[in-house]
Amino acid sequence: MTLDEVLASLFPGGHTLERGEFGIVHGVGGAEGGPIALMGVVDRTPLSVDGALRLASHVLAVIDKGGNTPILMLVDTASQSMTRRDELLGLNEYLAHLAKSLALAAALGHRTVGLVYGHAAAGAFIATAMSMQVLAALPGAEPSVMDLPSISRVTKLPPEQLAKLAKSTPIFAPGLGPMFAVGAIAEIWNVEKPLSGQLAMLLQQSATGRDRRDQVGLTREGRLQAARISQRVIDEATHV
Amino acid sequence: MSTVFQPHEADWYEATARERITGLLDPGTFLEFVGPEQRAMSPHLEQFNLTGAFDDGLIVGGGRLNGDAVFIAAQEGRFLGGAFGEVHGAKLVGLLRAARDGADKGGPKCVLLLLDTGGVRLQEANAGELAISETIQAILEARLVGVSVIALIGGRSGAFGGGGIITACCSRIVVSQHGRVSVSGPEVIETNKGVEEFDSKDRALVWRITGGRTRALTGAADRYVKERIEDFRAAAIALAARVPAFTIETLAAEQHRLAQRVQQYGDCRDSPEMWRKAGLAEPERIAELSDDAFLAIPQLKDAHHDAR
Repeated sequence: MTLDEVLASLFPGGHTLERGEFGIVHGVGGAEGGPIALMGVVDRTPLSVDGALRLASHVLAVIDKGGNTPILMLVDTASQSMTRRDELLGLNEYLAHLAKSLALAAALGHRTVGLVYGHAAAGAFIATAMSMQVLAALPGAEPSVMDLPSISRVTKLPPEQLAKLAKSTPIFAPGLGPMFAVGAIAEIWNVEKPLSGQLAMLLQQSATGRDRRDQVGLTREGRLQAARISQRVIDEATHV
Repeated sequence: MSTVFQPHEADWYEATARERITGLLDPGTFLEFVGPEQRAMSPHLEQFNLTGAFDDGLIVGGGRLNGDAVFIAAQEGRFLGGAFGEVHGAKLVGLLRAARDGADKGGPKCVLLLLDTGGVRLQEANAGELAISETIQAILEARLVGVSVIALIGGRSGAFGGGGIITACCSRIVVSQHGRVSVSGPEVIETNKGVEEFDSKDRALVWRITGGRTRALTGAADRYVKERIEDFRAAAIALAARVPAFTIETLAAEQHRLAQRVQQYGDCRDSPEMWRKAGLAEPERIAELSDDAFLAIPQLKDAHHDAR
């Protein structure tokens, strides 16, 4: 689906969306429960220091307004911007600032929802989609940490062997299925039905206030260790 | 020559993760959680013909720093580049959640993160990426209830990839000259954008772009220290005493601080250009100075801040 198709299906009652510089968009979606603050990085644009800063400013503006307007983050980004300039300026601080802004918005009562409808990779995936309370994806989405050829280069395993391994475990392979199995993605939406209803359903669920993705990964049998190990550390740390 | 390990005097860069913990904390106070005797190892490495480690390259536990109870986590940069895998990451997430949950029950109010990581362990990339995101959320949840999280970076793997993002989510950041902090590593940039964009074999360039001195001068780190473990310890004690609150005021100030940096230095290609703009003497020589001489340089305007 294109961004326009996604938005039309999400907001049959209308929306505004301003396409800004650095691949950053922001606007407002009309929904039955009230307006939803829209923002995102689109057109597969790599997320740069400028883009992350712009996106964070939109999050902070929502917080500044008060209330509990939900935030919907639309994500289609190649990865973080891989340039010398970005790293010289300290891209890590800019991506962290965005993640922090989103966490604070959630802590102050804004429901934060991500929707990956295109690409999402590496550090840009962490600072946008994965920094939301709940992450949904469309069936055509392509979330990843790194593509298989690059993983092949680093692990020194031939691509054919990796592709075979990827069929037996979701732990490293790129793509929607594996990311769903390990618990990174809460829901994969059905594009045959209006997205508005699926967003409304998601917004109706009460926020737990806690990150439960390791439990989800355990339930889906895609990430069996994480929840148990973190709990064991908590148990030992609490009984000192 | 004595081969007995002298924890406080030892060099952070050369030390193992366990030696750093020993030297950083008050003597004899460290208690490990889910230690190596429990064999909490990665189940994913064997299929890549890699040998695992009994602690999966991350040590977590509790102890005392200058008399105060703290939690501490240290990555072993020599095991798979200190990279985040499923077990490795889950141990860190568990420690941070324990700090969050215990903060109002008399638990430690400070977590020390001894980062030494190349980022995600690609053999378990999805679990590693998620662990980094869960770590970030857990740090921020801990900060929200008043726990301070101090990052200490000066190992051979630096803090790259998601490790760089985690760094900047902490309340305070301590670096030494070796403390390289970045998202995309030089090799990754060279592979994607070509050697003209970033020559990863040019070590001096790598230091100038990502090194601890650049991070300290621009305020991307809060404290620059010499290489000894006791210097890291002194900085951790000093910084843990007062940290920025995780509030809208702090983030508004950070928004301003980061926007200023882009505005002032956004057209620079290398750090000496930044130092020249900032009016520092002999900008080309910053990288060559001794630590003492470097520490005598005034930091750039806005480098001292609570906007983090």
